[in-house]
Amino acid sequence: MDWNFLFVSAVKIVVAFSVLMVLVAYVVLIERRLCAAIQDRLGPNRAGPFGLLQPVADAVKAFLKEDFTPAHVRRAYYWAAPAIVMFPAILNLAVIPFGSRLGDQEMVIADLNIGIVYAFGIASLGVYGIVLAGYAANSKYPLLGGLRSGAQMISYEVSMGLAVIPLFMVVGSLNLGDVIASQQGRLPWLPILPNWAVFQNPMLLLSFVIFLGASFAETNRLPFDMPECEQELAGGYNVEYSSIRFALFFMGEYASMILASAILTTLFFGGWTLPVFGLDRVATAWWQGAAQIGIFLAKMMVFILGFIWVRWMLPRFRYDQLMRLGWNRFLPLALANIAATTVWLWIAS
Amino acid sequence: MTVPRPHLSFWERLYVPTLLNGFKVTFRHFWRTAVLRRPVTLSYPEEKWVVPEGYRGAPYLVRDQDGRTKCVACQLCEFICPPKAITVHPPGPEVDPATGNVEKRPRDFEIDMLRCIFCGYCQEVCPEEAIFLMKDYALVGQRREDMVYHLDKLLALGGVHLDPVQKWKHKAREAARQETFPVPVPPPQETHAAS
Repeated sequence: MDWNFLFVSAVKIVVAFSVLMVLVAYVVLIERRLCAAIQDRLGPNRAGPFGLLQPVADAVKAFLKEDFTPAHVRRAYYWAAPAIVMFPAILNLAVIPFGSRLGDQEMVIADLNIGIVYAFGIASLGVYGIVLAGYAANSKYPLLGGLRSGAQMISYEVSMGLAVIPLFMVVGSLNLGDVIASQQGRLPWLPILPNWAVFQNPMLLLSFVIFLGASFAETNRLPFDMPECEQELAGGYNVEYSSIRFALFFMGEYASMILASAILTTLFFGGWTLPVFGLDRVATAWWQGAAQIGIFLAKMMVFILGFIWVRWMLPRFRYDQLMRLGWNRFLPLALANIAATTVWLWIAS
Repeated sequence: MTVPRPHLSFWERLYVPTLLNGFKVTFRHFWRTAVLRRPVTLSYPEEKWVVPEGYRGAPYLVRDQDGRTKCVACQLCEFICPPKAITVHPPGPEVDPATGNVEKRPRDFEIDMLRCIFCGYCQEVCPEEAIFLMKDYALVGQRREDMVYHLDKLLALGGVHLDPVQKWKHKAREAARQETFPVPVPPPQETHAAS
């Protein structure tokens, strides 16, 4: 047993988990302030400077509220569902390379050679929590929310998986570290831009667009927040939940949004690389390693802001529109994209 | 019933122009609120709302310019009050020595601000112009009893109303004039003697 490895991994897990939780808390705050600005108001700005202590107030409130279990729910599922929503996001954290090296440690918890397959496999588990919550609540609106969530997940999971296949055909590996390594430097045909996957060729750009659309559906964010549907389903799958269990659903949604941003950054926007000051190579000095973590977080933040912004911009799609988009548009496009990439690679070789 | 579906053009179905337009609209609002700092909301305790004329806030009692409580405890407001928020305690006919001719005055006057619906009937019905709906809209109390406002509190909050009529003063003056008896009669006319 390699005790050093165990110790370092434990430290990385604790730090990455803490960072994720802090991010969740503050992304909620950012969302509230941002949506307030879009709606011509100020948002929570009372707790601490600029409302920075608002997450603390929210957490205290969530913990102190009565945790009420309605009499008609299916208990075991009811208790399990919030945890099942939360854990895919946390598990997926393991394969995200959030930096190259810091000292002599790789900045990824588990450098799996099937990284993205693992990520998809785990991410698709998130839907079970929601379906289970809808079923456990034993009442109509949550059940409808859960059913919609199930149907939505299936339609988007497929195109999401197919959308990234061209990327791995180009890269030739499923390891997220290798994906990032293939995006170092600058574009060969336009050296102003970095050599990130989205810019490399039109097929990968299309992949990105499909993947982005599917990510919105995957994370249940507007315009695809069918499971929640505050207006029609009165909150959807989490109607019967209160207190910290409800907060867990909430945190799960934001955690999966953060993870989706991290995966988007890693796959299509070069992960921790930036083609200046040699920051696109594996770090040799401490400052480089730290800067790369900062770069990764910054890129991720851009996507998170995008997710948030879109939520306050677009109305919800109708359910049939959502399904049609998934099955009739994204799926054929993704398949055609794979064929086009095959031809491209065949001609290029 | 068949809902007519509008025919969408290619660009409308592509959704991208709509998407960009959405960014434009939301960014305009974001810019105005977050960068130019012009939100449509007020930061309440620091910025107060300018209450417009004719606003119906909390009803308070007023004194006139001589410092007399204008209310004469006629209880019309108590009877008209739809939620029964007003209770007047009239003292009976014993008079205030300072303003001897005023028939009655309230021993106590209660307005339960928790019941009050700010309808303004009391102000409308008052024959003495003694109660007015003022501009207070934020009434705070720690207990229910705190929200029942009594006479002195109502008078303190109501302040002075400059009464142009001053009915009771005129009445006193008139009465004082009538006190002199016999009423001075004009001297006999010359014309009477001539005829």
